[in-house]
Amino acid sequence: MANEIRYEYDAVKGFALSSLFWAIVGLLVGVLISLQLVYPQLNLTSWLTYGRLRPVHTNALIYGFTVPAAFSLFFYLVQRLGRVPLAYPGLARFTLYLFNVAIVLAALSLFAGMSQSKEYSELEWPLDIGVVILWVLFSINIIATIMKRKEEQMYVSLWYILATVVGVAIVYIGNNIAVPVSLFKSYSAYAGANDANVQWWFGHNAVAFVFTTIPLAIFYYILPKSSGAPLYSHRLSIVGFWSLVFAYLWTGAHHLVYTPLPDWIQTVAIAFSIFLIAPSWASVINGYGTLKGQWEQMRSNYLVKFIILGITFYGLQTIQGPSQAIRAFSALIHYTDWVPGHVHMGTMGWVTMTVSAGFYYMLPRIYNTELYSIKLANLHFWLVLVGQLIYSVTMWITGIRQGAMWQAVDNDGALVYANFIHTLTPNYPFWNMRTLGGVIFFAGFLVFVYNILKTIRNAPAARQA
Amino acid sequence: MSIDKRPVTFMLLAVLAIMVGTLLTTFIPLFVGTVVPATDKVVPYKPLEVEGRDIYIREGCNNCHSQIVRPLPFETARYGPPSTLEESAIDRPHLWGSRRTGPDLARVGKKYPAAWHYLHMKSPQSMYPQSNMPAYAWLADAKLDSRDGEKKMKVLGYPYTSEEINALEGKTEMDALVAYLLRLGKEMKP
Repeated sequence: MANEIRYEYDAVKGFALSSLFWAIVGLLVGVLISLQLVYPQLNLTSWLTYGRLRPVHTNALIYGFTVPAAFSLFFYLVQRLGRVPLAYPGLARFTLYLFNVAIVLAALSLFAGMSQSKEYSELEWPLDIGVVILWVLFSINIIATIMKRKEEQMYVSLWYILATVVGVAIVYIGNNIAVPVSLFKSYSAYAGANDANVQWWFGHNAVAFVFTTIPLAIFYYILPKSSGAPLYSHRLSIVGFWSLVFAYLWTGAHHLVYTPLPDWIQTVAIAFSIFLIAPSWASVINGYGTLKGQWEQMRSNYLVKFIILGITFYGLQTIQGPSQAIRAFSALIHYTDWVPGHVHMGTMGWVTMTVSAGFYYMLPRIYNTELYSIKLANLHFWLVLVGQLIYSVTMWITGIRQGAMWQAVDNDGALVYANFIHTLTPNYPFWNMRTLGGVIFFAGFLVFVYNILKTIRNAPAARQA
Repeated sequence: MSIDKRPVTFMLLAVLAIMVGTLLTTFIPLFVGTVVPATDKVVPYKPLEVEGRDIYIREGCNNCHSQIVRPLPFETARYGPPSTLEESAIDRPHLWGSRRTGPDLARVGKKYPAAWHYLHMKSPQSMYPQSNMPAYAWLADAKLDSRDGEKKMKVLGYPYTSEEINALEGKTEMDALVAYLLRLGKEMKP
């Protein structure tokens, strides 16, 4: 009897709540740094300058929001898809406490300016060791639970979970090899172009294994579950998975187009970036195919709405990304705001929508209750959608504008906007729009958190255990 | 296909798939001559410049300033000749950057004298009223912590003299940062 399985949900709940908490911190800092770009007087003290806060923003939302959301949802998925309780629930609870200690120390260290400078890899070496320990503890539980599963065949979500487990470990360790000078300072083991190449191999595959395989694992579970429709194509998911996991690692150098890094590395990266459209769209097509004949659920089912909009932004993201890799387009938009616009469509559109759908689906079930308010879930949906679109679209416009101003030359070949500041200040109105988009998104996220907290509070106490 | 019934085999295959591109495009090039340029033509960093670079990193200057000039006409017109592999050959970490909220700094050391940098770092708005750069006046009041000065040079493998290390004493963080900025664009021996 299925009811006899005693699933272990303590760490699932704890990581979900931690994830929501750190998301709020990360989003608040995001709004602040957005304001600082137009109002430099908001750089109040050394601890609150843009240069230190931007890594706080990115790290809080990668390692504080997305990663614990994955810990939570993956601990849930391996139990449900394997029909077994978590292998080591005590270890999972310990991982939860250690995670929150580590993330507090990480935040403080970034505020204090302890940084390796490499993007999304800023944390200094003692914290890197902490991250690796946490990842090992998490992986032990995931792998051991999968090993003792009762359901012989591993569903697609478990493939993406296993890819995340090994992928994050490889790229995080690979990029953080450094020689310590003191407890708070180290120097990269790699130099110059090689350091850049390793960094963007990491940078792009942090996207692959945090912002792609994590939400895909959630997507492949939540879409069939919430829509009641079986997955469109198992074969497509197999082809999509292996080609994605193979191709992603070749693409990092598209971040280094027109740098002195040897051309062959750049060209290989550009070619693989374009190829990557295929496996990405395999998942998009699988999503749309699953809803075949059921599209009215986009009106009636808020979970389907989140998950389908999420995969749609994933589809747009994976067309836009490869096109940015092409040299001619890179020449125009690289180093401009186009790129943050691109990244935020992925994070605010695809990742957050998918994680939200995961939490909306999972949390009422493990608390034995119903969602507090579907109306609020719909409000959340529209706020984050509108906020994200305002953010991305304004950044694309001003990115192309600034890129074009940098390129503008007169008939004699002299720069039209020789003074950099004349290309900078036209950003300000767009950046104010961006702040507005961010605030709307943040408001939507607060509605989400409120809805979740109300749901938990309404859970029948006797059955909470 | 039965590998989706064998998690360990599955994981090993995933690692294999991940390692092909990883090795061929990222880790094998670490040992390929064309990617590892000669370093004997590069002027090594002085201890004060190393301290300045560390302050540049601490303050996250690379979040808004790149240090890489692309071989594109409009770019070389603005910033100077394209960056070369050699110029950053001894840089650990690299500071090429990914976003230009402010201008590229790869050649900034040739553009302005020290006095300009002191004034500009103290208050960017006093020079460009519409600039959005934070003011770093406090760096001029912060005494440079040079305790690890010698150890840093050893770890990085740059030559140094004890006079240079001793000279760190009494410098401010602003002195170090400006010394670093003045080096940018002057990496190669004449």
